[in-house]
Amino acid sequence: MEKPINSISLVIDGKQISVPSGTTILDAAKQVGITIPALCYHPKVSRSGACRVCIVEVGGTLVTACTTPVSGGMEVITNSPYVENMRRDLIDLILSDHPYDCMVCQKTGECELQELAYKYSIRNPVFRGERRQYAQKDGNPFIDRDMEKCILCGRCVKICDEVQGVGAIDFAYKGFWAKVCPPFEQDLNCEFCGQCVMVCPTGALIGKNWVARGRYWNMREVESTCPYCGVGCTLSLHVKENEIVRVTAKEGRGVNDGLLCVKGRFGYQFVSSPDRLKTPLIRRRKGGDLEPATWDEALGVVASRLKRVKEQYGPDAIAGLSSARCTTEDNYLFQKFMRAAVGTNNVDHCARL
Amino acid sequence: MSTSSVEIKVCLGTSGNAAGGEEVLRLFRHYVFDRAVEARIGTRCEFRKVGCRGFCSKDVLVDVIINGSKTTYQSVKPIMVERIVDDHIVGGGPIPEWMAGDEYTSFHSKQYKIILGPCGEIDPENIDDYIRMNGYRAARKAVTKMTPDGVIDVVTQSGLRGRGGSGFSTGEKWRICRGQKNDTRYIIGNVGEVNRALAEGNPHAIIEGLLIGGYAIGAQKGYLYIRERYHLSVERLRTALDQARDKGFIGKDIFGSGFDFNIEFSFGTESFICGEETALMESIEGKRAMPRYRPPFPAEKGLWGMPTVINNAETFSNIPLIIGMGADWFSSIGTAESKGTKVFTLSGKVKNNGLVEIPMGMPLREIVYSIGGGIAGNRKLKAVQVGGPSGGIIPESMIDMGLDYESLRKVGSIVGSGGMVVFDDEDCIVSVTKFFVEFLQRESCGECTPCRIGTKRMLELLIKITDGTGEIEDLDTLNRLSGIMTASSLCGLGRTASNPFITSFNHFRDEYLAHIRDKKCPAGVCPALVVFMVVPEKCKGCGLCRKACPAGAVTGEIKKAHDINQELCIKCGACYKVCKLKAIKKQ
Repeated sequence: MEKPINSISLVIDGKQISVPSGTTILDAAKQVGITIPALCYHPKVSRSGACRVCIVEVGGTLVTACTTPVSGGMEVITNSPYVENMRRDLIDLILSDHPYDCMVCQKTGECELQELAYKYSIRNPVFRGERRQYAQKDGNPFIDRDMEKCILCGRCVKICDEVQGVGAIDFAYKGFWAKVCPPFEQDLNCEFCGQCVMVCPTGALIGKNWVARGRYWNMREVESTCPYCGVGCTLSLHVKENEIVRVTAKEGRGVNDGLLCVKGRFGYQFVSSPDRLKTPLIRRRKGGDLEPATWDEALGVVASRLKRVKEQYGPDAIAGLSSARCTTEDNYLFQKFMRAAVGTNNVDHCARL
Repeated sequence: MSTSSVEIKVCLGTSGNAAGGEEVLRLFRHYVFDRAVEARIGTRCEFRKVGCRGFCSKDVLVDVIINGSKTTYQSVKPIMVERIVDDHIVGGGPIPEWMAGDEYTSFHSKQYKIILGPCGEIDPENIDDYIRMNGYRAARKAVTKMTPDGVIDVVTQSGLRGRGGSGFSTGEKWRICRGQKNDTRYIIGNVGEVNRALAEGNPHAIIEGLLIGGYAIGAQKGYLYIRERYHLSVERLRTALDQARDKGFIGKDIFGSGFDFNIEFSFGTESFICGEETALMESIEGKRAMPRYRPPFPAEKGLWGMPTVINNAETFSNIPLIIGMGADWFSSIGTAESKGTKVFTLSGKVKNNGLVEIPMGMPLREIVYSIGGGIAGNRKLKAVQVGGPSGGIIPESMIDMGLDYESLRKVGSIVGSGGMVVFDDEDCIVSVTKFFVEFLQRESCGECTPCRIGTKRMLELLIKITDGTGEIEDLDTLNRLSGIMTASSLCGLGRTASNPFITSFNHFRDEYLAHIRDKKCPAGVCPALVVFMVVPEKCKGCGLCRKACPAGAVTGEIKKAHDINQELCIKCGACYKVCKLKAIKKQ
């Protein structure tokens, strides 16, 4: 087989591999089926090499796999006792400053730190000492920020800055008390897109309305399309007992590739709202109340009234305004109906405003 | 060139200013004018404010030079000026009791001041003073007569290595940067804490070095990175920069060569991490100073993503000398691997504190005993911490080692920021280590796990040991932490943060064990582990200790042996210090 241009050959855990130059050790390892654990690395943001968990051995010294580009003839060891012990100790250090409350943490089962603690069987940390504790809670309506669980990986800071272009949060303070927070430790007041929640490896950032609504293994994931606007993001609805309890987006699915906005991510409650209309309503006499009706009756009223207006004043006396909460297909049909059946171009959509 | 035969030089560095230097200078001017001194002695008097000459403990230092013969006065107070003018300048008789003594001579005689030398001689706010001593001649030579590669060759041959701590070959760094394909390149001069004397005493040397470096690597722009708080340094550098611009040394078409180079300030705040070059670049870019991973190295991809060279002000101050006097001259100073001189801030328990410049390789003993004048109070030397907070602690037994990059690395220390703290037998090594770790923990940027949490856990264990609750296993944990931090930290701060512990534990294991096993602090420093007691046989009942005790713990009648109530004692040591009869012991 012909090698790709500028390809670099190296050995990872005894496996020979050729990758394009500029590839990191972490990505190269992935290609030969070796997963190197990492807490600060995330494919959507620039690398930082902050958590140090992805360390591997190259020529006797430790380098971070997520930041180090491969070089010709490199021999990488990802699982020597030296590496594994060091990795264990690093996770141990992180845990020494982490609340041991996995049993009540919303992130349980999906937490990357918990997963590593499990993998390295760290029941009691070797390192002990003071743990960061913060009394102040963030009063924003969407995102629970529990900074005691923050491991300072910086993913949230970076996705907010690099992907969302908002920069609502950054590192503050120094040393052990370094902390990710909005300016002057005020409550978060941003777009609430929740990208930060998506990338957070621990339970430090959680959707407020997800809390205590169920564990992920008790949920069914249903793929759907966001009804809010014309982008049509692909959603993953987490359904428990026939109710949506969380919305996420999956990387690699749809135009949004894992990203969402505040409406798509946090604005799903309307689906099971008790205020939602379940039948059509008709005001049968002037000044009277709206009364439940059957679809047949309702559609009959609408059709007859539209017909009457059209006959009396012409089709352009009618305008249609459609909602972003309808599916794209419904919206398509709606405009088709307005143009073909009613005969007017007076049609608009709230997402266009 | 001045032909005046009376010259008065007043030290106006930060320390000289603090000691009242401005007022001293004003009074010299006042009395010389008021008493028509110039008319009476028939010659003009010239006044010169000069930078720090390193011997800050005896500021204000004043040189009176009459017909080439120099008299240095030390600890000059405004009230002394009148007599110096009357007796010495007018009367011709120096005042022996105010003259700088043997300490001043011995402090300077072993030093080799190639870059600090001009600091006490020239007026840092006058470019003509600098030009008079061949200033900007090296820059002119480099820019008009040498190729950039030629400049890099000379710097490489000189053997100059980065004075900011890493000790990387300066010429090599420049060469890597020059070899990059990008058209835009930057050069940054980091004016750190230790460099303040240079910025205040001879700012033009830094600017000239930066200019030569900029020409060599092909940079269009240079930055001077400095803490805004160093007002005097900023002011003098700014004045120097303006003067250099006026003379056409900085700006467009420098020396008619077509080379354009500009220098801009970038201000930092109080941040130790900005000594790390990638964190410094983040700071210039307006971001929080957190180090970047490497590779890529700054010389490949640095400020704003462009190839960048960072050297500190001391490194740059050497450059004009190397270009002017040649690589051979420079490499004749120092050792085989470490060339030139190095500035250290000598402090702690030595008699003479101050800023010293020594040839690389000078034995530590000479610095402590010849330059430093030995241990204050004639106590016993215990250890020397070299290289700033993340340097190593070198025990008395190793004091004959030479100070150079290799020797320091061998003993687990670094040249670092050039800090040097001398400890005597009244200093507790565990406490000293705790002090440094506390500083490093506070200054950690918090980015990477081993440094952020590792230094914290290390500090907690050291506090535990000095509090008398340490256990033997804590030493294993400390060693394990050191291993993690050294091997896996992101930047130099974390990787060297355990140096104080590693070196102190290697050389002073017994002292750690005494704290843990015997619950004793041999130096009598750790409050939890020391007891102050009256030795009844020696106590004459003078009552000094009773009056000194802030806690009312000392009781006793006059002329009878006193007693210390251990429950009330706060272990401040006030009684111990005031007792003239050594009747109070601590154990």
